[in-house]
This record gives sequence, structure tokens and C-alpha cells, in this order.
Amino acid sequence: MDLLPQIRIWGPHGQQRLETCKIALLHSTPTGTETLKNLVLGGIASFTVVDDAKCTAVDLGNNFMVGPNSLGEARAKVVTETLQELNESVAGSYIEESPENLINSNPQFFHQFTVVVATQMREQELVKLDEICREQKITLVAVRSYGLMGLLRPSLPEHCVVESKQDTMVDDLRIHQPWPELRDYAMSFDLDRVDDFTHHHIPYVVILIQAAEAWKASHNGTLPQASKDRSAFKDMIKGMKRKIDGVPIQEENFDEAAKAAFHAWTPYTIPSEVNAVLKDDAAHAELGPHSSTFWIMVAALKAFVANEGQGTQLPLDGSIPDMHSTTEQYLKLQHLYRERADQDVTAVQAHLASILKCLGKDGTSIGRDVVRHYCKNARSLRVTRYRPLKEEYSKDACRSRALGNALGSEGEAGTAALYVLLRAADRFYSLHGRFPGSPGSDVDDDVPALKAAAHQLLGEYGLGHQTIQDDYIMEMCRFGAGELHVVAAFIGGMAAQEIIKLVTCQFTPMIGALVFNGISNSTCCFEL
Amino acid sequence: MHDVGKSKAKVAAERINSRVAGVNVVAHHCRIEEKPAEFYKQFTLIVLGLDSLEARRFMNSIVCSFLEFEEDGKPKLETIKPMVDGGTEGFKGHARVILPGFTPCFECTLWLFPPQTKFPLCTLAETPRSPAHCIEYVHLILWGEQRQGEEFDTDNEEHMKWMYTKAAERAAQYGIQGVTYQLTQGVVKNIIPAIASTNAIISAACVLEALKIITLCSSGLNNYLMYMGAQGIYSVTVPYERDPGCMVCSPGVTFEVHPGMTLQQVIDKMVSEPQALGQQELKGPSLSYGASHLYAHGVFEEDTRPNLAKPISQLVPEGKPSVLTVNDKKLAMPLRVQLKWAATENGENMKE
Repeated sequence: MDLLPQIRIWGPHGQQRLETCKIALLHSTPTGTETLKNLVLGGIASFTVVDDAKCTAVDLGNNFMVGPNSLGEARAKVVTETLQELNESVAGSYIEESPENLINSNPQFFHQFTVVVATQMREQELVKLDEICREQKITLVAVRSYGLMGLLRPSLPEHCVVESKQDTMVDDLRIHQPWPELRDYAMSFDLDRVDDFTHHHIPYVVILIQAAEAWKASHNGTLPQASKDRSAFKDMIKGMKRKIDGVPIQEENFDEAAKAAFHAWTPYTIPSEVNAVLKDDAAHAELGPHSSTFWIMVAALKAFVANEGQGTQLPLDGSIPDMHSTTEQYLKLQHLYRERADQDVTAVQAHLASILKCLGKDGTSIGRDVVRHYCKNARSLRVTRYRPLKEEYSKDACRSRALGNALGSEGEAGTAALYVLLRAADRFYSLHGRFPGSPGSDVDDDVPALKAAAHQLLGEYGLGHQTIQDDYIMEMCRFGAGELHVVAAFIGGMAAQEIIKLVTCQFTPMIGALVFNGISNSTCCFEL
Repeated sequence: MHDVGKSKAKVAAERINSRVAGVNVVAHHCRIEEKPAEFYKQFTLIVLGLDSLEARRFMNSIVCSFLEFEEDGKPKLETIKPMVDGGTEGFKGHARVILPGFTPCFECTLWLFPPQTKFPLCTLAETPRSPAHCIEYVHLILWGEQRQGEEFDTDNEEHMKWMYTKAAERAAQYGIQGVTYQLTQGVVKNIIPAIASTNAIISAACVLEALKIITLCSSGLNNYLMYMGAQGIYSVTVPYERDPGCMVCSPGVTFEVHPGMTLQQVIDKMVSEPQALGQQELKGPSLSYGASHLYAHGVFEEDTRPNLAKPISQLVPEGKPSVLTVNDKKLAMPLRVQLKWAATENGENMKE
């Protein structure tokens, strides 16, 4: 199977993690099968479909994994066979059993899985499943599609990422505060005396360091801050170009330097997310022999920042972007950065050794490769924590103010209303044994009942002053809990994406409950 | 696996037809340019799953050429053919609804697509610094020098291996590390990283909009959805606006003609004054009005040749905004031209 395009995204080590992942899918309607289909194509190790339903005409109308020849057969079996066809290297199996029964009578069943994908389950059932999974450190992902809306809610205590692969980070060039070797190297170029060819190919890092020194010399040691000074600085750089008859010649490296001038006046800062990780108790008060490699490494990085980093700097990334230069000059510069990064790795290793000793652990248990990996990605560290479902659903622990704000904000009100209405629909189900507006019922009777459930919920959360527009209440009843393939495909795609991020431990997963609003074709994440 | 090598369109159509009762999917295994405009006219709505800007612009020009306008410049509703377009790259994607004449078309929002960055030739030839530079040198320069006359084929394993070996040699020569066979493939094939989940999300967003347009079951997307799924999940909808002067979806660039001019004279004027149409050069334009050819090179040349001698006012009704479509070898896509009726030779104003 040609996995080339996706391996470029998460690399062979990410792919390896996927290939050891065992997924359980609870229920086999499109919400689940569409999620699973994307994971099977991604190359997971295995999946098990858990459902006691038989294929009916309804399935033919919305489930691509069920064909006309399968009517009456066990749906779990049918979808397993179809999904298996998508990727021969994935091991598919099924169990003809009700997920709700397993939750109540055989929770150990779930212990064998890495991820449990619980689809189309009401909150009352999900709370129990969440406790089972959390206890075993299994990732739970709840996915629902209901008419034109959908919900996605991952649940796990803690997710730590080293390679979040931020794509908007500034290059780590340290031009503002070059270390001695870099500064000496930059200042060793005599820009007035070198020949034209060399001048045309001086890398902009060198140009900027020299320009900054020149500016400081004539400005009392300060760097340009006010915007007119910054413009003057850029003009000064362009003025460094060689001239013929007073006209500056085309020198791309100086143009690059002017564009990158902000490097000269912008101090290095540790991203706020990383600062939060460094300050986290898990790397501090709670650090112990049980701590994961991640938190031990964070503690080591913290020690580096406090010492070699002078309180403000993480280890050097070590890579530099391409820039106009001769091959030789570029490779020399690249070597300088790599050497410095290597020195930082050694320094972090020393801190790590003493931490491991304090914890009574083997000093060689974390190799240099791992340390280098953390140093290189120091600015990309991210930690996500998901609240237990029980807390989100509890009127005391829920972050009702966040919900209230969303209900009152123009952009989010509709989507927040759908979230509340889904919760209300689950309560309706508990009372009546069916969803509002379900086939055979009278929509007109259900509207006021759903409205009452919604307002009761809002009242419990201290949001009684908020209202849900009648339009949304009626829409929710009109949906009749129908499962549309297109909405299942959308929310299933997102669920698969998040599972891939969680399993490969790359990129940053979404946090909270994601609600898909198919009326406006938009998404909102609510951290409740 | 047994599907490998067969037509994607045919395999997909067969699969859907066998799985979903009551639906009829017809496969056409050909390039989109091979179908005439009339073929696309028969559909209620067109959904695009294309992989290039050029392909999108082509479909856009076809669909927008169906547009007719009222006298006040508003589009005639029955001539609007909706398009839904989606695209993905890694964790990012977009879905948009195009109602020609109402929402912006592709040309209106061409600035949304950033120009593709290319490496300067002098870097490739003289001062390579990265593995990609070495690979592109072999791809764009060395192949032409050492394997003249041979067209490079990305699916040919021997070609790819040659490319990789030469790139590795060049990299070694310059002391550059990092050339791998995988990177060579990535750079040369310009492989856009694709994840099944992003494709699923964006195609679902497109289908949802298509269903809404067809069934009116809910309010539609207005009009451009951007999706980013790498850091959290973030989507934003932007209501872009049309470019009132758009060459493709607006009533068109005006071109003054006298009612008494023959079609030949109109064509001659276009060729000698291309700037009046906002163009640099026209070689031999073909003109059509609505669905009929006024004068066309190629297959219909003989049939339409008699029109050249007729006065333009006989071929195109005066007194209304008359929009012609002009095709020419020198044009990237069909041009919409609105005839402006000038006063006659003897000073009488025939119509506006």
C-alpha cells in the first residue's frame, strides 16, 4: 500500500505508532464506520467492531459499508468485512454484542484496546465508559451525529506532545543575542574588502549581526525599537550594498537581510504554552520515579533554562532556513549552529543525569538521541488535559460560564445552542425512551418537552437567564435524531484525525467538546 | 488491490452503483477539457474535486460562460449553474460555494492562491545548499543535458532512480546531506501530502452544501470555508465578495462596435486593438453568442464563414447588452465581451 503521502506528514515513527494501535468501535452506524474507515486507511494495527444490530433498510439508506445483499445479517460482521477490504494489513474482527451490556457486565473487555471509539451513545452511558477507560489509561473518543449537527469529545487524563510541528514559528537564529562563536564568525567578515562575488553571497545572518553592531555603536548600545528607527535600520542594510556609479547593484542577500531585519531587534522568547509546561507541577512538585520520560525531560529543560539559558532561553534548535549564499559559506554557518545545538544537548544531558540520580533511576535510561529530540523540539512541547466527562456533565463542576459566554456571543450562539439541545435530547430520551421528533412521534408535542428539558439544564448550570431560540429547538425536533451519511462522514473524519494525532503523538489535538453545526457549516470547541 | 491500473472513474462508479440502490453513476474516463461546454450544461450542479488551479480555472470559465445578464447587469437566475469546490493539503482544506454572478468565482478570488515558489536557477546551478536544490538541479537542468529528447516520466522507475543517483552525487560533491530516494520522489512529483481524514472532512463539507443547494433543507455556506486541523481544530467562514470587473463572471469588458460593421470588421478591430479588451495579443479569435457560433476556427469554420460578411447587428440583437464569448490561441481562457453600440457613421444613435 503506497503510504508515501501520509508518511510525509507524520514520519515513519508516527506511522509505527499507528501500526501498533488497537481500536474498538462501539456501534456500527455511519458515524462509527466513517471514523474507522479513515483509520483503516491510515494503517492501524487492528480494529474490533462491537454491535448487536442486524442490517435493515435504514442502513442501506445511510451506510456505505452495508450493501443490499446484507439485509438481516449482523451489521458488525458486514461492516468489518467491507472495512477489511480497504487495507489488507489491518486485522479486523467483530463481536455481536451490545456495547451497553459490556459496559455494565464486562468492563474488562475494553482493557485490550488502545483507543475506544464510542459512537451514537448518550451521555448517561458515556460517563460509565469514561471511568473504565481512564482507569486503564485508554483513550476514549465519543462521536455523535444527530441531524445536521455533530459532536466530538476525546477523553484522556493527559496527552504530552514533543513534536507538535508548529508551522508558524520564527527561525531560531539568535541574531538578537548571538553566542560568542556566532558573533565572532559574523564579525570576521570584512565587508569592505571582500571581492564582489563573496559580497553577493554573504549569508544574511552575518549581515544582520554586523548591522546590529554598527547600529548599537552609534545609538548608545540600543537596538531599533520605534518604527521609524526600524525603517532606518532596514535602509542602512540596503545602503550596505555595493554600488556602481552611485547606483546600488542587485544583491539578493541584502534584500533578504532587510526582510529578516526583525530578527535583529526581537529578543528570543519562550512560547507561553511551553512556559506553562515548564512550570507544570508534573515537572516540579509531582516529579518522582513514576514520572514519564516527558516530565523528566521537561525538568531537565527547566534546569537548562535556569542555568545555561540565563532564565530566558531554551536549547538552540540547530537548524537554519535556506538563504542566499555560497554552498561553502552556508555549510559553515550550518555547522556553527549544529555545533552549538550539540553543546546545548550535552548541557541538558548533564542536568538530566543529576535528576535521574535524584529519582533513583538508571542514569543511562534516556539516551542522547531522545535528549536531542527534546532539545530540537523544545519550543513545540504541548500538553493537553481533558476533563472527565462526569465533570463536564455535572452542574457543579461544569464550566458553565464558558457555556454562557458562548450562548451570548454572536458567532457561537447557534452552535452552543445545539450543544445544549443535544444534552437536553439525551435527557428527553431518559424520560421517554426515544428522541424528540423520532419517527412515529408528533413533532408538535415534542417541541415544548425538549424546550423544557433545555431550560431545566440551563437552570441547573446557573444560566437560567439565557434562552435558546425556538428555531433551534424546532430544528432539533425536525432532525428526529436522524443519522445523515454526510454529517457522519464529516464528524467521522474529524474523529479519525484527532485519533491519529493522539496516537502518533504529533501535532496538537483539539481540547474540549467540538460541536459541528451543519446549518452554518462551522465548528466550535467548548472547554467545559 | 485488484483495482490498481484501472480507470478511477469507472471503478468508483461501479462500486457506488452496486452498493447504493437507485443511484446511477456514469463514468467518463477522459480529461475535463475533452468535454464540450454543452456537456456540463446538462447538470443541476457541479462538484469539483480537482488537483490544480488550472483545472479549476477551466471549469470556472465554462460554468461562468453560461451566465446571461439582465439589462441592469444582474445575472439571469436560470443561467446560474452552482459549483461546489474543495481542496486539501495535509491537515488544511477549504470548501466553497460558487453561484456565478452572485458569489465570487475563481477568477474573482485568484489572489487567494499563493504563487508557487520556485528555486532561482543560479542557486540550482552554482550554489546549491539543500538536498532539494540538488534534486531540482538534476530534474530541471541535468536531465535535459544528459538525456536529450527523452521526456521525464515520474512513473518510470528507471527515470526516478537515475534522478536520485545523480542528485546524491551532486549533493556529495557539495558536501550536502539529506538526499534520499523518498525526498527525490517528493520533490520531483510535487507530492501534496494527503490524509484520508482531511479529505473526508472537506468532501463531506462540499456534499453537505451540494445537498442544501439541491434540497433547500437548510441555509447555505456563504461562501468560503477554511479548515485547519494540525493545531487543534479551527474552521472559519469568510463571505468573500465578487470582483465587479471580473473578466470571467461579470457582464464583461465593453467593446465598441458600429451596428453596420461586418463580423469580419469586428474581428479585425479586436486583432488590431487587443488592449481595448485588456489583452496583449489576439491571433485569430472565434466568437460565439450564447450557444451559437458566430465565427469559429476549426470544425465549424466552413459553416460559419458566411457570417463574416454579415453586419454585426444582424447576428447579435441591438438594444440589449450583448455578451459575446471570445476564444483565441493567445487567451488563457474564454473572454467575455460586452458589445457597446456606438453611433452610426451618419451621427444617429442607433440604440444605447
